[in-house]
Amino acid sequence: MIRVRKHLSVALLAALLSAVAFLWATPFLWTLVASFRPESAGSADMASLLPDLHPTLENFRNALESGTFGIYYVNTIIVVTGVLAVQCVTVSLAGYAFARLRFPGRDFLFYAFLLQLMLVPPALIVPNLRTVVDLGLYDTLPGVMAPYFASAFGTFLMRQTFLALPRDFEEAAAIDGAPWWAIIWYVLLPMAKPGLVAFAIVSITAHWNEFLWPLMVINSPGNQTLTIGLASFAMGAEGGKEWGVLAAGTLLVMAPLAVAFVAFQRRFVDSFVFSGVKG
Amino acid sequence: MSVAGATGIFDSVQRSSAMAASARRRRMRLLPYVLLAPSLLFLGLFTYLPVARVVVESLYDKPHGTGAATSFVGLGNYARVLTDPAFHQAALNNLIYAVGVLVPTLVLALAFALAVQRSTRLSAVLRTVFFFPSLVPLVAAASLFFFIFLPGVGLLDYYLARLGLRGPNWLGDSDVALWSIIGLTVWKNAGYYMLFYIAGLQNVPRDTVEAAMIDGANSWQRLRFVILPALAPTTAFVTVIALIQLLTSVDHVIVLTRGGPSNATNLLLYYIFQSAHENFEYGKAAAATLISVAILLAISFGSLRIMERGARGNG
Repeated sequence: MIRVRKHLSVALLAALLSAVAFLWATPFLWTLVASFRPESAGSADMASLLPDLHPTLENFRNALESGTFGIYYVNTIIVVTGVLAVQCVTVSLAGYAFARLRFPGRDFLFYAFLLQLMLVPPALIVPNLRTVVDLGLYDTLPGVMAPYFASAFGTFLMRQTFLALPRDFEEAAAIDGAPWWAIIWYVLLPMAKPGLVAFAIVSITAHWNEFLWPLMVINSPGNQTLTIGLASFAMGAEGGKEWGVLAAGTLLVMAPLAVAFVAFQRRFVDSFVFSGVKG
Repeated sequence: MSVAGATGIFDSVQRSSAMAASARRRRMRLLPYVLLAPSLLFLGLFTYLPVARVVVESLYDKPHGTGAATSFVGLGNYARVLTDPAFHQAALNNLIYAVGVLVPTLVLALAFALAVQRSTRLSAVLRTVFFFPSLVPLVAAASLFFFIFLPGVGLLDYYLARLGLRGPNWLGDSDVALWSIIGLTVWKNAGYYMLFYIAGLQNVPRDTVEAAMIDGANSWQRLRFVILPALAPTTAFVTVIALIQLLTSVDHVIVLTRGGPSNATNLLLYYIFQSAHENFEYGKAAAATLISVAILLAISFGSLRIMERGARGNG
């Protein structure tokens, strides 16, 4: 009797869980179905989750034509890689300093870095926009990137990573007369790769998805990023009935990260946990 | 040493190497600051300077488009912000939004984590499903929910109609809109915090759980008296990052409701964005920014205190 009840409750729990999971996935299922649905299907059944029998790529073509998605992709990739490239330098150097060197003011400076975790850039959009204007970076991609060049989170991540490495190798290199930069570049960074990869995944995701700050900095259509393009697309769709096109556009924006996630799932999950637990 | 001291050559070699060493040491003394300089430059420009800037700018007023000169208004901007009904509304909304998102998000995150913590194939799939929303841009989530919340033909109403139910105007009704935004945010964030609970669950001492089991504690009691207390640091941590996040992201509000209808979904950051970007009231935006900076710091330092106490309490 107890056995039966236990089996029953396990089955019930599994069913409930599957139902919740289905509910959770519904918005994406709808996006997939709707983006391949031909326009002629009519808007009354637009919400149906059943795939149409005659899938079409029409919506994707319309989306790609109505927005300048190609330029948005290029701009987004420039922003994401630009931010990451500079960050890799700044966080590796600072992480090394905090992990390996003793110097006056270290604790104070560490707390000064910590401040960025609380005063996150979105909270400071108004004054930062002024600074970007003063620097002559308004309506430029470097203006979008600049506030993220220093990363407290990345610095901590690299510091933790360096702290976990044995000192033997760098001591050996130092005895051989290697300068500090050679020690960082040839000895430490190759060993710190997991930390850097984790940071890269979190950074790329954050800046691929970012919206408010580029919205404020960018003015001309040629400098817009994917999220801005999608937003104006979504807000423009309000009047019309081009939901299939909007679904296709949304899919186009999400696709690169989604594909990367499916391909490197473990890495992604580990990176985000790492980012939270150690950051 | 004594041998080296006896011969002049040895002595000078030692002296010159000592000089080289002290030069090297001097350089090494500067090295940490050289390494930190690039980070500090950008932190200075975009984290410290902006705080100083809003402090100053909040004290001045420059009417937009009138050509009038900037004038010192003291605390005038703060008075204007603090007596602005829209600001009150935004602050209240943000409070409701923060609590309304935080509580269900934490409960769901923990429930998801408990459900998928074992490494079976089904768990891996479910984990992906729950986590996926936190990977997509908030703007993309918003544009999907645009259609989900669409009156009549939208996903929600379409399936509610099949159940014989009629939903409200999800984004158009000022009593409902904020809750629709809350629902979207819960859906978007729960899977992210699930990850922290999965990690936290791995640190729950296994023998304590087993001991409780042997003592006859049922699964609810085990959760309540063993697992939840052990997860307290995770909960505290998630609460802080969630609160900071809930104060600093309004992408969905911009896309879906623009703070409306009649300010029902206006949040603090949207109020700031609107003041600066749409109404060009920089003094007001600066004052509101400083108020939200103060709230962020209060949350962070308050929680730091609590977490430290918690850590000490746990021995």
